[in-house]
Amino acid sequence: MYSVNYHRASSVADAAKQLKNGDAKLLSGGMTLIPAMKTRLAAPSDLVDVSRLKELQGVKVSGKTVTIGAATTHYDVSTDEKLKKACPALAHLASLIGDPAVRYKGTIGGSIANNDPAADYPAALLALGATIVTNKREIAAEKFFKGLFETALKEGEIITAVTFTAPAKAAYQKFRNPASRYAIVGVFVTKGKDGVRAAVTGAGEDGVFRSKEIEAALAKNFDASALDALKVSAKGLMGDLHASADYRANLIAVMAKRAVAAANA
Amino acid sequence: MSDVSLTVNGKRVSGSTEDRTLLVHFLREHLGLTGTHVGCDTSQCGACVVHVDGRAVKSCTMLAVQASGSTIVTIEGLANGAELHPVQAAFKEHHGLQCGFCTPGMIMAATDMIAHHPEGLDEATVRAELDGNICRCTGYHNIVKAILAASQAMSKGSKGRAKQAA
Amino acid sequence: MGIEGVGARVARKEDKRFITGGGRYVDDMVVPGMKHAVFVRSPHAHAQIKKIDVKKAQAMPGVVGVLTGKELKADGIGNLICGWMIHSKDGTPMKMGAWSPLAVDKVRYVGDAVVIVVADTKGQARDAAEAVEITYKELKAVVDATKAIQPGAPQIHGEAENNLIFDWELGDAKATDAAIKSAAHVTRMKIVNNRLVPNAMEPRAALGHYDKAEDHYTCWTTSQNPHLARLVMSAFYNVAPENKLRVIAPDVGGGFGSKIYIYPEEIVCLWASKKTGVPVKWVADRTESFLSDAHGRDHVSTVEMAFDKDNRITGLKVDTIANLGAYMSLFSSCVPTYLYATLLSGQYDIPAIHANVRTVYTNTAPVDAYRGAGRPEATYVLERMMETAARELGVSPAELRRRNFITSFPHQTPVIMNYDAGDYNTSLDAAMKAADYAGFTKRRADAAKQGKLRGIGMSCYIEACGLAPSAAVGSLGAGVGLWESAEVRVNAVGTIEVLTGSHSHGQGHETTFAQLVTQRFGVPIDSVSIVHGDTDKVQMGMGTYGSRSGAVGMSAIAKALDKVEAKAKKIAAHLLEADEGDIVIENGEVKVAGTDKSLPWLQVALASYTAHNLPAGMEPGLKETAFYDPSNFTFPAGCYICEVEIDPETGLTEIVQFVAADDFGNIINPMIVEGQVHGGIAQGVGQALLEGAYYDGNGQLLTASYMDYTMPRAADLPSFKISTSNTPCPGNPLGIKGCGEAGAIGSPPAVINAITDALGVVDIAMPASPATVWAAIRATKH
Ligand SMILES: Cc1cc2nc3c(=O)[nH]c(=O)nc-3n(C[C@H](O)[C@H](O)[C@H](O)COP(=O)(O)OP(=O)(O)OC[C@H]3O[C@@H](n4cnc5c(N)ncnc54)[C@H](O)[C@@H]3O)c2cc1C
Ligand code: FES
Ligand code: FES
Repeated sequence: MYSVNYHRASSVADAAKQLKNGDAKLLSGGMTLIPAMKTRLAAPSDLVDVSRLKELQGVKVSGKTVTIGAATTHYDVSTDEKLKKACPALAHLASLIGDPAVRYKGTIGGSIANNDPAADYPAALLALGATIVTNKREIAAEKFFKGLFETALKEGEIITAVTFTAPAKAAYQKFRNPASRYAIVGVFVTKGKDGVRAAVTGAGEDGVFRSKEIEAALAKNFDASALDALKVSAKGLMGDLHASADYRANLIAVMAKRAVAAANA
Repeated sequence: MSDVSLTVNGKRVSGSTEDRTLLVHFLREHLGLTGTHVGCDTSQCGACVVHVDGRAVKSCTMLAVQASGSTIVTIEGLANGAELHPVQAAFKEHHGLQCGFCTPGMIMAATDMIAHHPEGLDEATVRAELDGNICRCTGYHNIVKAILAASQAMSKGSKGRAKQAA
Repeated sequence: MGIEGVGARVARKEDKRFITGGGRYVDDMVVPGMKHAVFVRSPHAHAQIKKIDVKKAQAMPGVVGVLTGKELKADGIGNLICGWMIHSKDGTPMKMGAWSPLAVDKVRYVGDAVVIVVADTKGQARDAAEAVEITYKELKAVVDATKAIQPGAPQIHGEAENNLIFDWELGDAKATDAAIKSAAHVTRMKIVNNRLVPNAMEPRAALGHYDKAEDHYTCWTTSQNPHLARLVMSAFYNVAPENKLRVIAPDVGGGFGSKIYIYPEEIVCLWASKKTGVPVKWVADRTESFLSDAHGRDHVSTVEMAFDKDNRITGLKVDTIANLGAYMSLFSSCVPTYLYATLLSGQYDIPAIHANVRTVYTNTAPVDAYRGAGRPEATYVLERMMETAARELGVSPAELRRRNFITSFPHQTPVIMNYDAGDYNTSLDAAMKAADYAGFTKRRADAAKQGKLRGIGMSCYIEACGLAPSAAVGSLGAGVGLWESAEVRVNAVGTIEVLTGSHSHGQGHETTFAQLVTQRFGVPIDSVSIVHGDTDKVQMGMGTYGSRSGAVGMSAIAKALDKVEAKAKKIAAHLLEADEGDIVIENGEVKVAGTDKSLPWLQVALASYTAHNLPAGMEPGLKETAFYDPSNFTFPAGCYICEVEIDPETGLTEIVQFVAADDFGNIINPMIVEGQVHGGIAQGVGQALLEGAYYDGNGQLLTASYMDYTMPRAADLPSFKISTSNTPCPGNPLGIKGCGEAGAIGSPPAVINAITDALGVVDIAMPASPATVWAAIRATKH
């Protein structure tokens, strides 16, 4: 790791101020940033730690509206009783991220800010039609995720929360990379008052995306059988050591079917 | 450089260290607590697991300054004096270790796992929850056995204690 | 058996320190004034070094020294060597290219060490390492051994034309060809054994300390055989004469072969310590381990197996190309030869065998022994062939094996080995019973109803362990003898220290070796200490690998115990005024049989040291040394059965049952033996399902961290059903065969046989990852 200066923010406003130092970066759970710094792939001059800010923590559910603070850990999301009632699919997704020690530290804000093409949350937020709240504005998930490791966040912008309306039905199915345990393919499906949405992570060359084919098939009939004839094209999908684009295309169909079955269960 | 103050295994400690110092290196090099190990660079092997404020985390993926103010338990602080923690005892009894390198992290992860599953554990859950701890020696067979045994022993123990208290 | 004696499940003595954080590994060592080293490694698989500029690096904060290969050579440090000479079939010696501990004019794989940087902290050393400027001229690289021997391939060492190290054969080519020609049936396959990275959880590390006043070096290193390290470093690498070099291997966090060899880093740290005047510690990070630890396996074989009309094997012909990487590591040449081809008879009576092995340089990490070393490759060849043959011949896999089992012993195979004892039907029966083989058809049908493909596969392995008879291996090219030494020191108060040349890095020697002593003298196990891993304490030893510590290491202890026992009896007979032949030692007492005359063990020990009343002419003291040189290899064998269930939609394979029935000869501590089998199976299953080291065409290692190299996790494995049925080994005093490698040897073919059974395909590549399995399923549909 290169040398770095650590600051513990006392508030979001303080964090915003501290971020103006040199090439400062926010530090949340550190589960992505610190490994990157250890291998010297990331080299911020300063770190602004927001993980202890109470204002960024916790899950709130009021009626159908769910709001999750940016610094809420994957563990806290996965075990939140209110969330398990309002949107169990998201709690389930959080329980599938990494391993227990990663879930104790990693946060939803850090995950979506990082927008790893194999991360789980981006699929959920896209399928839930969530809104990402920052210290400056609100951004629709649709506009937020922009390609590999790219987001709509501007320099110095801090995610404070994520909010969405709980759908009537939702489920997430993930096929794990055997080595890294990230998603080779993850599919999040929702059925809400705005219709059906299906978002795919782990597979797209440009990161997380909504699958029009799956959504169209399910719009008519939200049942796994509606996807029986589905042929997912391998075009635009990633191929690597662990999975060819063809294989990923297959997994998208399989995970989508299983997700729909789980959502209906 | 920053000042770091921690409560480690019940003792207050402080020191000054570079901000880039990882918690694991602070424990090992500044405090001489070499039971916590480093087995990878990608936060995956779990050899470095310690408890920070009651949760099992990877001390290789946390800066020492980031932990400042926290309460930490390492493998060295798990036993109650000469009396082994039930998880330590179970690892020995069930031969849950060979070379011993993964063992401190395994034991710290296992104690956390047991604590977070008051309802009890089954084999599938133990195996799933060990996703962040790699062992190359044991094939996990006896680790799983040891954790299940410890979990049972501890639930009996806690019921016993609860009865005594009542 | 007593509760602490031979055969008892004694909980390990060494565990206390490991479960309380008190283990002492190399990285835990601190020497006053110690500094930290980082190696600058080649980013290229194949390149000429045009220029090395260390000026900037030297000026960085905290830097103590930046040293290059030129300086190392100037100080007379030698090249690394391969310690086992193999001759090609044309009689020429193997073509060993030079391996300088720090590359001087050429780098040959990504990770080749070029410069060492020593600084106050590891962070500073890394900062400075980035400032070292090396100008390379890149050359074309080749990573695939079958391509490297093609004409026109990039030449890696001037010494080895077409990158061919040797072209070696074993067995009778003519007889084998004749058998194939006249066969009723011939099964033919191309068999690939995937490249693996050993991945002991403790990364390699070295701490070199040069003491100027004494002109003496100390090296703490992650080694499976500290004495061998000292021998090689003084005899070949010219670091220091043996009496000026102490090598200590403290607690070592797993080895699996990868910590047998002497690597550049320990040599360079010792030299750098003298050069810089400070103790120098280097600890690999995981990616460095992936790049620079010796890898394992990487064979490609073409195989023909001939049968007569009664399904008896009449001949086996194997043509293997083995990738040895960029340099010949210490034992690399014997792995694909004498540890491989000599086992190609397996458990079967095969009249004619011929093996041809070509070893090849490539621009990849050196390849050497990894748990099993050669024997997993041989077993994989044979047991995949047997499975395929059974399917082709339309007989059950068990039946075909039974028909060909060797049933009388000793048995001389056509490939050197002389099997001393075994009972292959018994382990096959035991495994089939434990697996409920008969019930498989129903389980398969049930799985099919759930949309799952279920398959079953077996593997009957044999291995040659207890390495090894010194004269025999010497005649085959080994540079060292493979005996073991032991010293048993009875202290004046009766406590006992056993000094052994074996080295424990997880095998539990501190317990099993002590059990042996407890059994002999009836003293409590806590009064016995095992001392190992330090060349200043133990005179000489050959270390731990090749499942040799039980069969060879413990035999040496048994011999030393014999001597101690004999002397103790003489002393007791003298003190008790009895006949020496009537003295028995039991439960910590030395007794005259059939009388109530006895002395406590302690008193005999004390008498030997007070020397007030010893038999005439007897030297005082009670301390004996023994060297044990085995008369033969040992031959553990067994049968493994694996049952898998495959999700055809995703290709995900679940191991639903894994059964092992082994014959290890006599067992000292069943708990520890079971642990060895569990760990071995996990590595074998890992090879079959999960693990593979991949280089791209430019020689970049694609699987250089756990993000890409799949380590077996708890959730990837089931609990194992294991049992043993033992035929004692006649070759050593304890009847031990060894158990350290069996699991890794026997399991890969069992897994792959099960998967190919489930899928109805002939072959599938290891690791049979979900993607690979899915692609195989898809191919069967098209
Ligand atoms: C072993 C391992 C396995 C993992 N497996 C998975 C997996 O299966 N699935 C998965 O999805 N993820 C996985 N992860 C990643 C994990 O979920 C991380 O926690 C997450 O990606 C990053 O969150 P963090 O809180 O740790 O962020 P950090 O690492 O602290 O930060 C990540 C990035 O986000 C920025 N950032 C942090 N907070 C904010 C904020 N509030 N506003 C704006 N920017 C911010 C940081 O500056 C940094 O650039 C794994 C990680 C590890 C180590
Ligand atoms: S060292 Fe922390 S996870 Fe490997
Ligand atoms: S006991 Fe050696 S890695 Fe687990």
